[in-house]
Amino acid sequence: MKEVDEIPQEKEPGSAAMIATLGLAGFLSGVILVSVFLYTRPIIAENKAQALRAAIFEILPGTEHYEAMELTDGTLKVVEGSSDEENVVYFGYDTEGRLTGVAIPGAEPGYQDLIHVIYGYRPEEGVITGLKVLESKETPGLGDKIIKDADFQSNFDALKVEPTIEVVKKGEKNSPNEVEAITGATISSKAIGRLLQLSVEKWKTPIDEYLKGDPK
Amino acid sequence: MKTEESINGQAAQEFLKGLWKENPVFVAVLGMCPALAVTNTAINALAMGLATTFVLVSSSILVSLLRNAIPKQVRITAYIVIIATFVTVIDFLLAAFFPDIHKALGAFIALIVVNCLILGRQESFASKNRVGMAILDAAGMSAGFTFALLCIGIIREILGNGSLFGMSLFGAHFEPWIVMILPPGGFFALGFLLLTFNWALQKRKARSTARTVETERLP
Repeated sequence: MKEVDEIPQEKEPGSAAMIATLGLAGFLSGVILVSVFLYTRPIIAENKAQALRAAIFEILPGTEHYEAMELTDGTLKVVEGSSDEENVVYFGYDTEGRLTGVAIPGAEPGYQDLIHVIYGYRPEEGVITGLKVLESKETPGLGDKIIKDADFQSNFDALKVEPTIEVVKKGEKNSPNEVEAITGATISSKAIGRLLQLSVEKWKTPIDEYLKGDPK
Repeated sequence: MKTEESINGQAAQEFLKGLWKENPVFVAVLGMCPALAVTNTAINALAMGLATTFVLVSSSILVSLLRNAIPKQVRITAYIVIIATFVTVIDFLLAAFFPDIHKALGAFIALIVVNCLILGRQESFASKNRVGMAILDAAGMSAGFTFALLCIGIIREILGNGSLFGMSLFGAHFEPWIVMILPPGGFFALGFLLLTFNWALQKRKARSTARTVETERLP
């Protein structure tokens, strides 16, 4: 019973044979990758869109449908299929067409990598009504508490954005514009505070102006 | 009849050696990067083990089939192209069908390419053996790798999070040992398992040596 084949080694193969082998391997690998990519791309995009949709309905309670709005040259316009995700926010409406709030995505460097979040903002009252972390690589067990920690999440039940959003130590929150940090996850907590402050600065004026022009 | 039996015996051996005698993690100490990095929960460890299994078995089949067509001088390059292709395929498939697991494993899926266990099996086994044997070898090694990752993952999740496969074990009163799900916990768990494994192996060896000595003494 011969189990191990002898590798034929009589003579050196020419360069052409080697180039042909590797070229063919590269070509076949390319064909396989392109087919798998094309097959999975719509599914992956759908997964992401689904996660975003679920997050929007979660942070804007009472929302029945929403509209994507893109910021171009300082004004907001309705878009279909967002091209530039950094400049898109989502206006949520209830069954009677009243505004339930605006869902604003944002990203900011945390302890490990960018933390991607989406938060609900009610322009009439100037409060943040909910925050959901979409993507983060924060330290498991410490920084990733920003995702689930109930005490931290309760900061965003009604967080005033005026005058500015401040991050304070746990137990020291005494005004509605302060966020209580998580003990042991100060960097991640501060990143969230910074993210919200920068994002509100960017979006407050265009949203207010849009609502003035469109009384819906 | 006799040859058939010996083939079956050999086949079983090719599969079983990866699980115990030549376990890639506990004996050969290969593939340490995923064994330490993504074993903070049992489910992540299992997913990593299964992704590695897919890559190792598929690459072994292809390398074994092409073993006479690939010129010796470019074999490593060709193996890496084959491995990288399968890794990218599993990366896309996980992102499409198991987005949560894909998110948890992050960059470590792409890093399966440089898992020396996979290239090692191509070079030392699949490139020299028939497809059947190559599959058995790859499946055995993968099973051993997955088993090892799962051991580390279970220890780390129970101690570091008080849960197993996401189910809480001890209730709210348990204070988790956070260090076990942080990077040092990987080293603690692996060190402890290596110690246990080697102690068991040595004890076994000592016993079998003692037995041989005894038989030799018999007149």
